[in-house]
Formats: sequence, structure tokens, C-alpha cells
Amino acid sequence: MESIAPPSKGSIANLSPDVLETPPLSLGQLTWRRFRRHKMANFGAIMLILLVLYAFGGAFVFSEAYANKTETGARLQAPSREHPFGTDTVGRDILARTIYGGQISILIGLTAMLVELVIGVTVGAISGFFGGLIDSLLMRITEAVIVIPQIFLLLVMAKYFAASIPNITILGRTFSGSVVVIILVIGVTTWPYLARIVRSQFLSIKENDFILAARATGTSTTEIIFRHILPNSIAPIIVSGTLSVASAITLEAYISFLGLGVRPPTATWGNMLEGAYNYIETAWWLWFFPGALIALIVLSINFVGDGLRDALDPHSRAI
Amino acid sequence: MNRRQVILDLKDLRTRFHIAEGTVYAVNGVSLTLHECETIAIVGESGCGKSVTMLSVMGLIPVPPGEIVSGQAFYRGRDLLALSEAEMEHIRGKELAMVFQDPMTALNPVLTIGRQISEPLRVHLNMDHATAQQRVIELLEQVGIPDPKNRMNDYPHQFSGGMRQRAMLAMALACAPSVLIADEPTTALDVTIQAQIIELVTRLRDALCMAVIWITHDLGVVAGLAERVIVMYAGLVVEEASVDELYDDPRHPYTLALLAALPRIDRRRDRRLKSIPGAPPNLLVMPHGCPFAPRCEFVFDRCRAETPPLLPVAIEHRARCWYDVVNGKPFE
Repeated sequence: MESIAPPSKGSIANLSPDVLETPPLSLGQLTWRRFRRHKMANFGAIMLILLVLYAFGGAFVFSEAYANKTETGARLQAPSREHPFGTDTVGRDILARTIYGGQISILIGLTAMLVELVIGVTVGAISGFFGGLIDSLLMRITEAVIVIPQIFLLLVMAKYFAASIPNITILGRTFSGSVVVIILVIGVTTWPYLARIVRSQFLSIKENDFILAARATGTSTTEIIFRHILPNSIAPIIVSGTLSVASAITLEAYISFLGLGVRPPTATWGNMLEGAYNYIETAWWLWFFPGALIALIVLSINFVGDGLRDALDPHSRAI
Repeated sequence: MNRRQVILDLKDLRTRFHIAEGTVYAVNGVSLTLHECETIAIVGESGCGKSVTMLSVMGLIPVPPGEIVSGQAFYRGRDLLALSEAEMEHIRGKELAMVFQDPMTALNPVLTIGRQISEPLRVHLNMDHATAQQRVIELLEQVGIPDPKNRMNDYPHQFSGGMRQRAMLAMALACAPSVLIADEPTTALDVTIQAQIIELVTRLRDALCMAVIWITHDLGVVAGLAERVIVMYAGLVVEEASVDELYDDPRHPYTLALLAALPRIDRRRDRRLKSIPGAPPNLLVMPHGCPFAPRCEFVFDRCRAETPPLLPVAIEHRARCWYDVVNGKPFE
């Protein structure tokens, strides 16, 4: 039997803190861990990556000219070897159009979210930080935007501005000017909710002792807003930004479906649905493929948003 | 007795808060002086205006609802209360630094400790990243954080309460301020850590020749730390004396009551601690007469009619009372 030697003094002293405990995880690592444990969020993230690959990778297979090429002899063909997703009312290949339409839909979602973030965070931050008269004024404006039904506002603005903007060319591709209109219209009608979230975050965070402590060390107001309060309220902003990409895609589909959105020949998943309702029974492939893609991307983004909400919540115990 | 130069001279400070329920008379004419390298303690119950006084000096009172109605705070001859916000930003953290009560909430949870301590260095001394890092390591070493090189990259949640308060001290001391205002820095800590922090502040004060204003409600903490004690009640200074004088010869009934409420190791243990009956006055009404009158055991007619002035009762010893507790009769 082996005798157990008493631990020598040196061996204890040699244990550095790193050996005694696993190094603590940073906030980022903890967040990533919690996100990885969220099954639906992982599914959503993978799905989202696949959809982005589909929309942007597909461009290497089909040219945009092919996606926009009309061929009246091949109208309303059912899915076949030549046209896997079938053709639409003017004989365009639906597979190629879902690829190029996906690009536009995703871009609309992302840029509309950026517009929403810029306006929402700015208004919310100013309102919450300065309070008083500025706050009252900004919040009344916010409420004014909220009380107007969003769809109604969207439709009126889309109709009003759509005609006035010419086509634009970015990176060698021509976009219908209506894309820009849709982005702005969606951004301008969705920011109030974010502004309210950011305002409430600012209101509560600015009362914290560490803000007083930062002021006591001579930190300027700008630094307090951008370095102390904003990073502390980033979690709800990220979550709401993620979810607003999904809602922007849905909104685009909605107005495009009503014929007020992005003008053809530029395809989006939304405007591909336009007119499809005449063929709901006779040509199911017209609405099925773009509709399924919209549903998939919205679902995936919402799963990711849910996962982020849980992962970014510091009170969440799940590790 | 005090030949050192006056560094902070507070004259008749009055601070109010205008809230929905009315006006809170938080500070009602506080005057005090602080000399270079001196430590004074401001003592009093919760809500007697200790913190508000010091926040007013630092220009950290939110306006509105706060309002500094009158008074001057001369720091090396400059009236801090007359300075603009931009000018105050240059003084806060550089000349006057402050440490707060609860180290658990006074550090930003999303920034590393090192990043927060280097903030005053970047703001006031325009240090570049590398120099600031070096200084942060020195500072952390100075306040007794082991392994500062690695610990500076930690987030506040990885620090214990005592370590956070040390980090707060490092942050306050970063620019070697002339005045350190410590707002109950040990209240949220347990007694052993409390003793360590007090010892640390004393050591750093002596090393840096820094004047310290220590706000506390614990007279026991004061004894080994401060040279002079200022007792506040209802936004007024009610007694001011050197530590020894205050303990040996308290003149204000409130100070007497506070001392009587102190647990003593040499007293019988089976006795209940004495408490002061009643509660501090509601500061929504301007105190009429002596604010301590309703709770005072020596109260007589004059106390309810007139607010007593702060009068000298001995050498370097002033009290705000109509009653001579030594001789057991009202002053003439």
C-alpha cells in the first residue's frame, strides 16, 4: 500500500490561480455558449446561412439577365428539368428569380433594419438621457408615428414616393428606385418601438452608480452615452434589430404583394407573389417557392432573435 | 493649531430638490474647511445631507430636480459652484475624486477593470494606451490587487466586493487628486474588508499627502481615521471638533446620543444598545427652530422657536445648541 505523502509546502505555493480554477469566461464567451445551447436558435442560424448562400451563391449559376428574361412561349410552365421551379406569367424562370429576389429581400431587410436602428437608437438615447422637455417632445412624435396604422402609412408613402425615384445603379447592377423607397418607408415606420426600448434602457441605466462614478472621474457626456450607457443597452437593441430584419422582409412582401412595392423587372420574394393569387389553384409553383422562402427566412430570423435574447440576458442561468 | 493651507472652503451651501411632493430642503447652510493632507469625517444618520453636500461640491447634483440655492465652494481659491460643466469636467477626477458606497454597482459591468481605471488617465492626462496600461498596473499594485497584469483584463463580476472597492480607489487615485471624497466606502463591505480599506486609504493618504473627506454614519470607523469630525443633522452642521475632543467632550445632544448608541467592547453585553427615539425630520418642511428638538432629551422652549447658531464651545470646537450639556442648563 502506497503511503500518501503530505503535500510539500512548495507544491501548494506553486499553484497559480490559473491552475486552481478554470479561467473565468468573458461576457462574449458566455453569450456564445448560451447561444450554442439553444437548439432552435442553432437551427435558425444554420437555415439563415443556407438561405444567404442560396441567394448570393446562386448568382454564380444564373445571370441576372436570365432571371429577368421573358419568354412568352414558355408561360406558366410547371416545374420541369429545364425550369426546376417552373416559369411565371411572362415565362421567366422562377428558380433564378427566387435567387435574385432573395438578394433584394435580404438587402431590404438589412438596410431597413439599419435605418430603423439609426433613427430609433438616436431618438431613444436622446430622449432617455436628457429627459425633460426634449423627452416629452420626442416621445409625442414617437407616439404620433405609432398611432397611425403602419400598413396604412406604408401604403400611402409607397404610393406617394414610388413614382418619383428613378432607377439606380450600384455595383454594376440596376435596381428599381422603388427598392430605396421601400427601405426608407419601412425604416421610417418601424423605429418608434425601438426608440421606446432604447429610451427605457437609458432611463434605467443612467440612474446607475457607475454612471455617477464615471461622471465623478470627469468623463464627458458624450463618452457617458457612447461608452457607458449604450454598451449596457446593446442586448435589447441587437435582439430587436434581428427581429426587425424579419419584419422588414414580411412588410416588403406585403406591400409588393399589393403591387405598391418593388417594381419589376427587379425581383423580390414579395413582388413574385404579386398576381400569383390569380393562379392559386392552377399554378401553385408561382406562390409556393417565394412564399416558402419568405416563411423560412422569417422563421429562422425569429429563432435566432429568440436565441440571442436568451443568450444576451445576463440573468439567464443557463450556461 | 492648523497651519496647513486651506484647500477646500465651503461657505453656506444650500441645496434643495424640487420634487412632485414639494421641496426637499436637503442641505441648509453648510460651511466647512478642509486643509491640505487633512482627513475630516462627516457623520450623521441617513438622509441628513452628508452625501448631497459633497455631490453639490462635485457638481454632480442632477439639475433639475436639484438646485443649489446659495453658497460657495472654494477649491484653491476657485469657486467650484460658479464653474461651467466643461470646467468642472477638468476638475472632477483630477483635483477632486470620489469613491462611492456600493462597489457592486459603481463599476460598469461591460467594461474591464483596466479600461475603467484608465479612463481618468486618458481624459485628464492624455496618456496613450501603453503608458496608461503601465500606470493601471502600478495603481492596482498600490491598492493591493494581486497579479494586476492579468486582473486588469477582468470584468467587475470577476472581482469580489473588497477588490472592487480597491479598484474604485485605484480609479479615484489615478490622477493623484488633492482631495478624495469617500462616500461611505466601507458600508457595503464586511468588517474585516472594511478595516483593510480604511488602512489602505490611510496609507495612501499619507503617501500622497491627500486631503480626505470621509462620509460615514459609523462613529466607530471615524476614530482611527479622521483628525476632525463634522456631525450633520437635517442638512446642518450641528457639531464640529477634533476626534479626541468629540469623543471625550461631546457638546451637542445629537452627538451624545450617537455616541451612546455605539456598541462598546468594554460595556456589559447583556444590555440593549441605546437608540435615538423618533426619526430624522421630514425635510419637505423647512426645519423651524432646532431640527433635533423633537428627539432631544434636553429640549426647552427656545429650541422650538429659534434655530441655534453654530457657536464655539471650546478651542476648535463648535456646536449648534442652546443647551449647555456640561453644566446642565441653557446657555445665557
